[in-house]
Amino acid sequence: MQKNCIYLDNNATTKVDPEVVEAMLPYLTDYYGNPSSMHSFGGQVKKVVNQAREQVAALLGADESEVIFTSGGTEGDNAAIRAALLAQPQKRHIITTQVEHPAVLTLCKQLENQGYTVTYLSVNRQGQLDFNELEAALTGNTALVSIMYANNETGVVFPIEQIGVRVKEHGALFHVDAVQAVGKIPMNMKASTIDMLTMSGHKIHAPKGIGALYVRRGVRFRPMLIGGGQERGRRSGTPNVPGIVGLGKAAELELLHIQEATAREKKLRDRLEQTIIATIPDCEVNGHSTQRLPNTTNIGFKYIEGEAILLHLNKHGICASSGSACSSGSLEPSHVLRAMGIPYTILHGSIRFSLSRYTTNAEIDTVLEVMPGIVEHLRALSPFKNDEAAWLQEQEQAVIGARG
Amino acid sequence: MWDYTDKVLDLFYNPKHQGAIEDKGEPGIKVAVGDVGSIACGDALRLHLKVEQDTEKILDARFQTFGCTSAIASSEALIELIQGKTLDEALKVTNKDIASHLGGLPEAKMHCSVMGQEALEAAIYNYRGIKREAHDDDDEGALICTCFGISESKIRRVIVENNLTTAEDVTNYVKAGGGCGSCLASIDDIIASVQQQAVTPVSASLNTNGQTSAKKLTSVQKIALIQRVLDEEVRPVLIADGGDVELYDVEGDRVKVILQGACGSCSSSTATLKIAIESRLRDRVSQNIVVEAV
Ligand code: FES
Repeated sequence: MQKNCIYLDNNATTKVDPEVVEAMLPYLTDYYGNPSSMHSFGGQVKKVVNQAREQVAALLGADESEVIFTSGGTEGDNAAIRAALLAQPQKRHIITTQVEHPAVLTLCKQLENQGYTVTYLSVNRQGQLDFNELEAALTGNTALVSIMYANNETGVVFPIEQIGVRVKEHGALFHVDAVQAVGKIPMNMKASTIDMLTMSGHKIHAPKGIGALYVRRGVRFRPMLIGGGQERGRRSGTPNVPGIVGLGKAAELELLHIQEATAREKKLRDRLEQTIIATIPDCEVNGHSTQRLPNTTNIGFKYIEGEAILLHLNKHGICASSGSACSSGSLEPSHVLRAMGIPYTILHGSIRFSLSRYTTNAEIDTVLEVMPGIVEHLRALSPFKNDEAAWLQEQEQAVIGARG
Repeated sequence: MWDYTDKVLDLFYNPKHQGAIEDKGEPGIKVAVGDVGSIACGDALRLHLKVEQDTEKILDARFQTFGCTSAIASSEALIELIQGKTLDEALKVTNKDIASHLGGLPEAKMHCSVMGQEALEAAIYNYRGIKREAHDDDDEGALICTCFGISESKIRRVIVENNLTTAEDVTNYVKAGGGCGSCLASIDDIIASVQQQAVTPVSASLNTNGQTSAKKLTSVQKIALIQRVLDEEVRPVLIADGGDVELYDVEGDRVKVILQGACGSCSSSTATLKIAIESRLRDRVSQNIVVEAV
């Protein structure tokens, strides 16, 4: 197993911070009590769980009573959406976007089969929403608006508070999947329109399998997991104590580093992006130029395919991600880039680089060194060279035509 | 990360036959090109063949591939398999040969090997000036998978040639069904109809109704079917008796075979065997088949 690499896939997952590991260790070894137990051996564990809750609440600018620990982003999204619907059984309409994470989209599709109507808001070429479309979709029947804070593939950030104001005017609940945004954008739930917010530990240097859901005080919450009544009855199940401690520590570190870390990441990201665009012909950035996470860039390299690029990067010990179909196990290209109307020439060759506070200058140098050669090599193999190629145009039109 | 064999990775990282072949107008030489796939679908292959016209030998072959690791490796593998072969020999190369040359491909990537086989066919058909029957698809308008632009006849063919039994297999081999999934039910229907046909002798359906899809077998499909009947139904019996048979050539309905082992040496049994093979092929492929031992 390969241990060291230039890891530029931090929107997929992050390295667990050594301080987080250290904080967790005692709760995997010596202090293994159940926080629900009556004895003091469990009681001392309960204290650290509460401390972690405070740490997470601090990162979110929330009250600790508003934080529910979950197993991660998918559970948070599912729990929030289901809770919102169960609490307002008379309302049967949901609004979300075409570019959400599958944890939201797949559930919404399923809910459609159960009699709910779902509006999937479209995005433009820069990945942004149209307020008029949102406005037109909101009705008194809308139970919930679920919109991501920042897109995992492009890093495009939605104007969440502006959206929230409109949502509130229509009396709907507002859920935000902030899995990619927490730790990169300062959060202040006290001054927010958000009713529920999902976050995940492994995107902020905590381990996988732990996350949190913020639920604004006063929002009716019908739990998805029922049983022993843990988490004030809102999420039953013995808490994942080491994970929770890790999440708490990670939240504390994020809060501590957010300003300087994101500024640093942005500088590195901009250098990576700008140099690639300047030195490699026929490539472009997917997503809005400024309304974007500081750590993410998604670049489309025309006429070549993403997985092939990734494998070459991998050979140089560089980990990135692709929006192309081939690397993900599904055959359809990224639904996010498709929703943005990115042409096929760029779509299939789109690569996401996502940085973290561990990314170094030297690592970016290496990527910049190898990338032109990789692109050149693959372009030399490709039958497509320019947009004018008759074969290319014919084929692209044929498929678009067939799709209707 | 896909689980690729070392061979796939080797051919992907170090392809030796990429590029185009220019037609320099050399006497006795013809350059043919075959295109498959599209940028919209995420993979495309343009195959160039340099053919000696007298012998129909492939003197050189090059590829230009847009696609993933396995698409590029499959292109390289295809060329390794066909270099120096005659066009007829090359036509026998199947997607399975490409996949096994690579030491296997992940199931979901089998469509890359299919693309190789199709490009080869397209190039050879172009060389021979034959209009590919696959083009009839458009006339029939039977587009099953609109996400990937895949026709019924292509799906049918991949099912027959690779003995596919589920819609997931079909997706792995030609992508159809791998997008929105709305065509999966139709793919199930096509599988059912192919299976239905497999139990009905092809000749019978031909006799009763000239419009059946059996009549639409392309020559490549026909050769593949003959090979399959020989491999699956004839050879096991012969091998058990110490003999064997190898397909040598197919010209229209004339199927030339080489009888081997006990079957080849014993003159009295040769005729009987030939007839036995013929009747099986008539049953399974076409009433008009005549088998000749060479
Ligand atoms: S139509 Fe075949 S997958 Fe969408």
